[in-house]
Amino acid sequence: MAEASPVRAALADAARYGLIAAALAFPILALRAEPDFSNKLVLEPRWSWMLGAAVAAFLVRLAVALAPARAARKPAAAKAPSGFAKKATKAFAAFGLGLIVAWPFIVLLTLGPSGALKWIDNYGVQILIYVMLGWGLNIVVGLAGLLDLGYVAFYAVGAYAYALLATNYGVSFWICLPLAGILAAFWGILLGFPVLRLRGDYLAIVTLAFGEIIRIVLVNFSALTNGDAGIASIPRVTFFGLPFVAGPKGFAAFFDLKFSPIHRVVFLYYLILVLALITNLVTLRLRRLPIGRAWEALREDEIACRSLGLDTTKIKLTAFALGAMFGGFAGAFFAVRQGFVSPSSFNFVESATILAIVVLGGGGSQIGVAAAAIAIVGGSELLRELDFLKQVFGQGFDPTQYRMLLVGLAMVVMMNWRPRGFVASRTPTIFLGERKTIAADLVQEGRG
Amino acid sequence: MEVFLQQLINGLTLGSIYGLIAIGYTMVFGIIGMVNFAHGDVFMLSAFIALILFIALQQFLGLDALAPSFVIVLFASMALTGLWNFAIERLAYRRLRGSFRLAPLISAIGMSIFLSNFVYVAQGPRNKSAPPMLSEVIKLTSGGAYDVTLSYKQILIVVVTAVLLAAFWFVVQKTPLGRAQRACEQDAKMAALLGVDVNRTIAATFVIGAALAAVAGVLYMLYYGVVNAADGFVPGVKAFTAAVLGGIGSIPGAVLGGLLIGLIETFWSAYFSADYKDVAAFSILAVTLIFMPTGLLGRPEVEKV
Repeated sequence: MAEASPVRAALADAARYGLIAAALAFPILALRAEPDFSNKLVLEPRWSWMLGAAVAAFLVRLAVALAPARAARKPAAAKAPSGFAKKATKAFAAFGLGLIVAWPFIVLLTLGPSGALKWIDNYGVQILIYVMLGWGLNIVVGLAGLLDLGYVAFYAVGAYAYALLATNYGVSFWICLPLAGILAAFWGILLGFPVLRLRGDYLAIVTLAFGEIIRIVLVNFSALTNGDAGIASIPRVTFFGLPFVAGPKGFAAFFDLKFSPIHRVVFLYYLILVLALITNLVTLRLRRLPIGRAWEALREDEIACRSLGLDTTKIKLTAFALGAMFGGFAGAFFAVRQGFVSPSSFNFVESATILAIVVLGGGGSQIGVAAAAIAIVGGSELLRELDFLKQVFGQGFDPTQYRMLLVGLAMVVMMNWRPRGFVASRTPTIFLGERKTIAADLVQEGRG
Repeated sequence: MEVFLQQLINGLTLGSIYGLIAIGYTMVFGIIGMVNFAHGDVFMLSAFIALILFIALQQFLGLDALAPSFVIVLFASMALTGLWNFAIERLAYRRLRGSFRLAPLISAIGMSIFLSNFVYVAQGPRNKSAPPMLSEVIKLTSGGAYDVTLSYKQILIVVVTAVLLAAFWFVVQKTPLGRAQRACEQDAKMAALLGVDVNRTIAATFVIGAALAAVAGVLYMLYYGVVNAADGFVPGVKAFTAAVLGGIGSIPGAVLGGLLIGLIETFWSAYFSADYKDVAAFSILAVTLIFMPTGLLGRPEVEKV
C-alpha cells in the first residue's frame, strides 16, 4: 500500500486519542459512587459522560492534526512596535482607566441603587482585590522570578492584624492599614530570610509549607484567633472617621444625602481602586530604580547576577517583603470589607488563584495581570449567573463547580502554549541607543 | 510502652504509604529535575479508581470475596493510573522540557488543581466511605492499660509494599528499562546519543511512579475507608517531604524518608498534639531544605553554568 493519506493518518491518530480518553474516563467519569438510603455506596452509570469525553478528545485531536501547518514561526515579536501601536495602547489604557473610575456611576445610573449593589460589590470590589493581590504577587513572581505558593499567608497576616487590633483595642482602620502592611512585610522578611537561598522550585514548595503552617496555626490557636469560627463583627470602614450609618452622625447626614447602603460600597470601591493603583505605581517606579533592574536581572539569570556582584539575598528579600506588604494592605481591606475573617479564606486554593492570575497575565506585565484578574474573578462571578444552564443539564448542574477546573486547565494550556504569558515580549528597561522589544523566546533562563 | 509500640506499628503502616508515593516524586525529579506537583492528586485519583472498581466488582459481577477482588483492583488501578500519568506527562509536561525552569512546576500546579476539581465534579464533594473490609485485628499484648493491636490491614499494607518495592527494585536494577532510566538520570543527552529513547524512558518513569502511587492509593482507601477529592494535597506534600528528607533523586532515600515521616507524624500526634501534626511535617520539609538540601541519602547537586 502506498503511504496513507494525511486525513486517514489524522483520523487514526484521533481515534487513538479518543480510545485513551475513554479508558481514562471509564471508572472516574462513567461510574459515580453515591451513597444510597442505607449509606452504602452504589454506582450510577453515566456512560454518556464517558462517550462525551472520548468524542471531545477525538474532535480536538482531529482539529489539531488537520489545522493547516503553521509556517515555521520566527520570533515574530522581534519587531519594535510602531508609533501607531504605541498610541493605540496608550489610548486603550487611558480609556480602560476612565471606565474603571466611572464604573460605579455608570452602573448606578443604569440600574439604580438596589440593582447596582451587586455589580459594584461582586464585579468591582471583588475583582479589584484580586487585581491588587495579583500586582503584589507580580513583584515577587513576575519581576524577581521567585515562585511564591504561600502568598495568601501575607494576605491573612494583614486581615488578622486589622481584625485583632480593631476588635480587641478598637484601633481605627486608617491606623491599621499601614500597620497591616508593615506587619506583613515583617513576616515576609522573617519567612524569606532562611528560604531565599534555595533554588526556584524548592523555594516554591517551602513557601507553600509556610502558607499552610500559618493557616493551621490560625485554625488551632483558638485563644487568639477563635479558630475555625473566625473573628466576626469587625468594625466597618469609616469615611475618614464618619461611619456609614443612618442617623445624624453618619456620612449621609454630614453631606446632606439620603442614607443608602450603596455609599459604603462605592467608598470601598474607590478605596481598593486607590490601593491597587498605588501598588501599580510603586511597581512601575521601582522597575526603573536599580533595585527593580536587579529583580529583572535576577529573574533572567541568577548565576550571572551573582557573578556581577549583586547581593542576591538582599534583592530577593526586598521583592519578597514588598510583595508581602501589598498582600498585607489587601488583607486589611478584605477584613474591613467583609467584617469577618476565618482561616478558610486563606487556603491553598486562594494562593493558587492569585498565582494563576499572575501566570496567565504573563508574569511581569501589569495590564496582563489586571486582565487575567478580571477574566478569572469576573468569570467565576459570571458562572454564578448561568442559571439557565440548569435547564439544559438538569437541576443538579452547578456551573460554579467548574471554576477551579477551568483555572487549572488554563494554567496548563498557558504554560504549554505561551509560557511567557499573553504579552509574550519584554521591553528592556535599560538599553543602548534604541529600545527594541525582545521576543520572549530569546530570553529564556536556564537553557542548556 | 504500649502507646509506643502501637504508634510504631501505625507509623510504619502510614510510612509505607508515604514511601510508595515518594518514589514517584523522587524518580521524576531524578530524571527530568522537576517537582511533579500533581503527583499527590494522581494518588488521590487512584484511590477513587480503586474504590469505584471495588464497588463495581461487587455490584455488577457479584464478587464478594476479598482476596480475588483485591488483586484485580490493585492491578487494574495500577494500569489505569499509569495511563493517566502517561497522558498527563504527554499533554502537560513534555513540551516544557527545556523551557524556563519554573514552567513545568507551574504546569504541574495547574494539573493538580485540574485533577482534584475533575474528581470533585465527576464524583461529587462528599466523602466516600468504602464498605468495611478486613477489619480483624490481632492483639499483641493484653492485660496492660492498653491493648496493642495489629490489624490484618496493617499486615497487608506492609507486605504489599515490601513485595512491590522488591519488584520495583528489580526493574530499576536489572532490566533494560531500568538501565535506560538510570542512564537518562545521569546524562539524558549522552543516553540519547547512545540510542536510548529518552522520551519513552521518561514516559515509562511517569507510568511506574503512578503505578506505585496507585498501590498507595488502594492501600490508603483500604486503611482509612474514606476518600475525598481534596485528599491528594496533604499526603502529596508529606510524600514530597519524605522524598526531600531521604534525599531527592534517591529511591532508597524515598522509602526511608517515607517511613521516617510516617513515624514522626504518628509519634507527634500521640505525644504532642494531633492538631499540629501537619505543621510537624511541613516544618521538617522547610528545615531539611534549608539546612540539609541533599537529604539523608542524596548526592550534592552541582550547579553548572
